[in-house]
Amino acid sequence: MATTRERTEETTGLDQRAEEKHRSLWGDVWRQFRRHKGAMVGLVLLAVIVFGSYFGPWFWPKDPFAIDTSLANLPPSVESPFGTDNLGRDVLARVMVGGRISLSVGITAMLLSVFIGTAIGILAGYFKWLDGWLMRFTDLFLALPILPLLLVIIMLFRDTLRAQFGPELGIFLLVVFVIGITSWMQTARIVRGEVLSVKEEEFVLAANSIGTRKRNVIFRHVLPNVLSPVMVAAALGVAVAIITESALSFLGLGFPSDFPTWGRLVTDAKDTINITPARVIWPGMMISLTVISVNFIGDGLRDALDPRLRSR
Amino acid sequence: MNVTQREPVLEVKELRTQFDTQDGIVHAVNGVSFTLNKGEFLGVVGESGSGKSVTMMSLLRLIPMPPGEIVSGTAMFNGEDLLTLGEDALRKVRGAKIGFIFQDPMTSLNPVLTVGFQIQESLKIHQNMDDKQSRARAQELLEMVGIPAAADRLDNFPFELSGGMRQRAMIAVALACNPEILIADEPTTALDVTIQAQIIEIITDLRDQLDSAVIWITHDLGVVAGLADRVLVMYGGQIVEEAIVNDLYADPQHPYTKGLLGSIPRLDQKGAELTNIKGQPPNLYSFPESCSFAPRCPYAYERCWNENPPLLNVGESHFASCWWDIENNRPRYVS
Repeated sequence: MATTRERTEETTGLDQRAEEKHRSLWGDVWRQFRRHKGAMVGLVLLAVIVFGSYFGPWFWPKDPFAIDTSLANLPPSVESPFGTDNLGRDVLARVMVGGRISLSVGITAMLLSVFIGTAIGILAGYFKWLDGWLMRFTDLFLALPILPLLLVIIMLFRDTLRAQFGPELGIFLLVVFVIGITSWMQTARIVRGEVLSVKEEEFVLAANSIGTRKRNVIFRHVLPNVLSPVMVAAALGVAVAIITESALSFLGLGFPSDFPTWGRLVTDAKDTINITPARVIWPGMMISLTVISVNFIGDGLRDALDPRLRSR
Repeated sequence: MNVTQREPVLEVKELRTQFDTQDGIVHAVNGVSFTLNKGEFLGVVGESGSGKSVTMMSLLRLIPMPPGEIVSGTAMFNGEDLLTLGEDALRKVRGAKIGFIFQDPMTSLNPVLTVGFQIQESLKIHQNMDDKQSRARAQELLEMVGIPAAADRLDNFPFELSGGMRQRAMIAVALACNPEILIADEPTTALDVTIQAQIIEIITDLRDQLDSAVIWITHDLGVVAGLADRVLVMYGGQIVEEAIVNDLYADPQHPYTKGLLGSIPRLDQKGAELTNIKGQPPNLYSFPESCSFAPRCPYAYERCWNENPPLLNVGESHFASCWWDIENNRPRYVS
């Protein structure tokens, strides 16, 4: 009986060897990710939006800043598919350029917020003596009224940063910073909760029992196991950051108006919404599409990163 | 081979561990002392909550602290006291000198790391191997514990392996650096009987090959009978009897051991009624001032309620903590 079993194990081993020659962790993740339809649609959509924002101007070489009042408030046409604004600037070109800023802000602010959130969550979850302090600190941030706070911070520091880094980079850094430090709390709480349960797992004990350094226990054994909620939080974070940036710009406290972002474009367009409603719809749609596709990607990543789901 | 005469590799004295819980202090280990000799197979038996695992985990300070606390005791290993060793020095012992196999192979491997990575980790930490060397060694280890197509298994994630294979992988992790002591905490409890037999075989083979000492924690007296050189019986956080395996089964000196042996069905005594030990295991909220088995003991008399018996020498290499001499049906007198 033993020999039969061994033989079957041998042969299945051989079959798998042929099939799984180049398997790696990320290869596996990608394989699973591809099976998630929503995520693939999201990825393609996001790729189109990103590509359009960064390389679109090469194919649509109209100057987004060229003012020509004789072309003002035109409806969508072959000449300018998204129409023109009240100063005759091409809306398609402006949406493309605006996308660069909005996406950059979204991704950078998300990275900052996920970094802060994960760091605080892991410290609070892993080290019991830090837990109370860090979580009260998190509660404090959660209790802050975010939008007024953002407005105040931007009002206070806008001019200093502009003077320091120039008008564009200064505002960019400020916006990313304020969004980053006001949106990490959910991530921190989720990560803390996950760490609390993961650190009680026997494999953490096993890692300690072979003499793994505390640092490595955290980074190799605990962190990868809480990564899936972090990924989801990150995806949502991009969405939140883009929306927050849009809100700031909409309120006139984001980027200056000669510097288009999607939120800024919506603000500028709202006054002429009766004449050219398309001007509001295009950037608004871009915001929504980006947020939706990013959320789908987060969803797919969560499934793909969890090896327990991967076997399906 | 008389293992009791070989030189000791680990000497534990008066180990006390307690846990500070919301309901009060749990005295999990109360003054445990034992010696482990080179190449010896030491069985540790006892019911759930008798302190078997906590004792062994205390040695490597693997219990969660807090709430756990090692109150007193020494554990001399290679001339060093494991219980007071610095964090860095202790880490060099963990995995390298003392390997630990856990009970549940389903949860003791990290689900997001490959099996190979987890075996290699120990090698990289303790033997400064690079990726290539440690991979080759990991493959060797997997072959040693009887996993077919070992080279491919290295890249598998734990969920892709069966329970038996995972436990073998765990054993490979614990054995990676040829430890002097292997502590196996009920390694076969979660496995079915055929796999259990294979795992036992692997560990005994490896013990013979590497001459490591093995501490085998279990509540399966049958397994211990076939494997161990010496047995510790634990009850209520204390060792109640310590004997060479044959002596323990042939001539148990503690009423608890007697009760345990009486509760195992035997093939050669058909129709004989099984005895049971009446009463509940002790709660450990108070430090034992009397014999913790007294409430369940048919032989208990006044002294048992007033004085906690120490381990008394009751024969050659045979110790029991009991004030009553069952054989002669009289109190045991000690100076």
